Amino acid sequence: MTGPAGRGQSWRIVVAGGGIVGLALALALRRAAPRAIEVTLADPALARDPDGDRRAYAVSAASRRMLSALDVWAGIAGRAQEMREMVITDSHLADPVRPVFLEFGGDGERRDDEGGAAEHGAPDEPSSEPFAEPFAEPFAHMVESAVLVRALRDTCREAGVEMLEAGVRRATPDADGAGVSVRLTDGSTREAHLVCAADGKRSRLREGAGIGWSGWDYPQSGLSAIVGHARDHEGRAIQHFLPSGPFAMLPLTPGGSLGHRSAIVWSERKTNVPHMLALDEDMLLEEIERRFGLELGAIALETPIQAFPLEFGLARAFVAQRLALLGDAAHVIHPIAGQGVNLGLKDAAVLAERIVSAVRLGMDLGAADVLEDYQRARRADTVAMGLATDALNRLFSNDVAPVRMLRDLGLGLVNRMPAAKRFFMREAAGVPGQGGARLLRGEAL
Amino acid sequence: MSPAAHHEPHADTQAAAVDPQEVARFEKIARTWWDPKGPMRTLHKFNPVRLAYIRDHVAAHFGRDPKDGAPLDGLTLLDVGCGGGLLTEPLARLGAQARGLDPAPTNVEVARLHAERAGVAVSYEQETVEAVVARGERFDVVISMEVVEHVPDPDAFVRTCARAVAPGGLLFMATLNRTLKAWGLAIVGAEYVLRWLPKGTHEWDKFVTPAELEASMRAGGLAVREVTGVTYNPLQDAWGLSRDTAVNYMAFAERPAG
Repeated sequence: MTGPAGRGQSWRIVVAGGGIVGLALALALRRAAPRAIEVTLADPALARDPDGDRRAYAVSAASRRMLSALDVWAGIAGRAQEMREMVITDSHLADPVRPVFLEFGGDGERRDDEGGAAEHGAPDEPSSEPFAEPFAEPFAHMVESAVLVRALRDTCREAGVEMLEAGVRRATPDADGAGVSVRLTDGSTREAHLVCAADGKRSRLREGAGIGWSGWDYPQSGLSAIVGHARDHEGRAIQHFLPSGPFAMLPLTPGGSLGHRSAIVWSERKTNVPHMLALDEDMLLEEIERRFGLELGAIALETPIQAFPLEFGLARAFVAQRLALLGDAAHVIHPIAGQGVNLGLKDAAVLAERIVSAVRLGMDLGAADVLEDYQRARRADTVAMGLATDALNRLFSNDVAPVRMLRDLGLGLVNRMPAAKRFFMREAAGVPGQGGARLLRGEAL
Repeated sequence: MSPAAHHEPHADTQAAAVDPQEVARFEKIARTWWDPKGPMRTLHKFNPVRLAYIRDHVAAHFGRDPKDGAPLDGLTLLDVGCGGGLLTEPLARLGAQARGLDPAPTNVEVARLHAERAGVAVSYEQETVEAVVARGERFDVVISMEVVEHVPDPDAFVRTCARAVAPGGLLFMATLNRTLKAWGLAIVGAEYVLRWLPKGTHEWDKFVTPAELEASMRAGGLAVREVTGVTYNPLQDAWGLSRDTAVNYMAFAERPAG
């Protein structure tokens, strides 16, 4: 196909998948190079109202900065609940009082004037008051999926992303290697220089490119619902590590039948799930209350319970000829640390930065070395996060006494070591270290 | 007098710009220019640093925005020893009216074919810079990257390239320093140990020191603006600018507008 030859012509990228990650990538590209890059985003789900999805996400500080840099956050802020504190307990369901082993207080990482993460002194001199310092931002926000998707769709349209209500069936690199031909489910074809697959864990593009997938299913399923409660959660997230797996209560913005809302996400052994879903509402509420605790007062179910499979999977490669994978198409991790969508947004930030930097150097944005660079930057981080969440899940999803004692001791120690605690806070907030992508620091490309 | 007047392009002075053995060596690997994993992979790794250096200095000099899609819009550019067009083609995309010269016919053919496939307007000629200069052609930007160390008479070559620069224009050059470190890294390390480059790519005694390069640029009537080192970071597998000019370095100079 014909590429750009100076002013007037431009690069064309097709993004397959209109979820949060695909939308963010399309927007980042248009924001940085509106004249040089034309973006087509294809997803049959664009025809559907985003309200159908009742999930909520913990948006890390880094992801929030990225959304700010893309001018999306301002439209979301009023509907995002600050997570100011995270309490982690380790307990049996029967325990009347659940000992608190790890408390994340304060708000995220303090930032310096350059916009990077500030260093809190030398790591060997832990301050005795680690969170007494003023923090500029909460470490995460809870945002409902529909709010995020709607804001991203609207901003993409304003930014001139072509939105197609069709799926990508196949991408075939041209024989001469200069472009890629994209077949859509509506029968039409698009010529492009690069295809970005954000089309989910069963990515058709990944399979079409012959990229292998390695992974496993967990013996648990995830369950989620939105719960109303009488007392204010005060921005506190609570995670109980129960023998069957983690149970998280994540604060949402006010509303619902009792004035306050939280998202609950937990995992159950697969064999328990049909039983849970078959319970009538009163019984269900009782089951939830046993896990939820009593500290937030009376509770009510605001949405039906949704069950979803828990799995771990990683694409053998993140790139192929004129193809880049991102988000769930590249990796699916255990939701224990709430990092799935943040990991996908990191992919989008890094990929957009590599593409835009190539375009500004006059280089071919879909050339193998540009894509390799993206893969190198993202794959190690993804493997590390995937294995960490897997280890976390294995550590907490059992009731063997010595293991339980060890982890109680472990979390207790973490809580007493400011430096270690800061490390965990920093990871939870997604604060990028050196070499992190500009968008994740809140800077425009 | 014209500084390179004795280099008119007749048979014996052609030899100042072109070494037949060097040309034959590059002919053999020409087909692999655009393969980022092939014999030219080091150049591919190197390319973003070189392109950014040229783009940023040209943009600053001519008052352009480097983030603009076409910061070199309308500027004439000559790439002397363009090889497969690894620099010429991107610089043309940034808006330059670019011409690439190379003595190896396969290089020119590979560069032309690639630009055609990519839909980028660039002209490539199997011609010497002496011939272009003799016709009186002058350019806003002249570049000759990793070429000086392959020509028989580096001083004459640099002065001829300088003559191709229009008043107010810039000359960019990149090469290898003639130091023990360069011998160790660029020849023993890159060619024999790491196998980054085909053996015999470089001959150490042809390497040019920054002082020699600067002297030739000045003799060609240019004012040297900057010499900067380029070093490899093995942890990031990436090249970057550095104060260390002991191995790879780049320099640029300006022909005063007067």
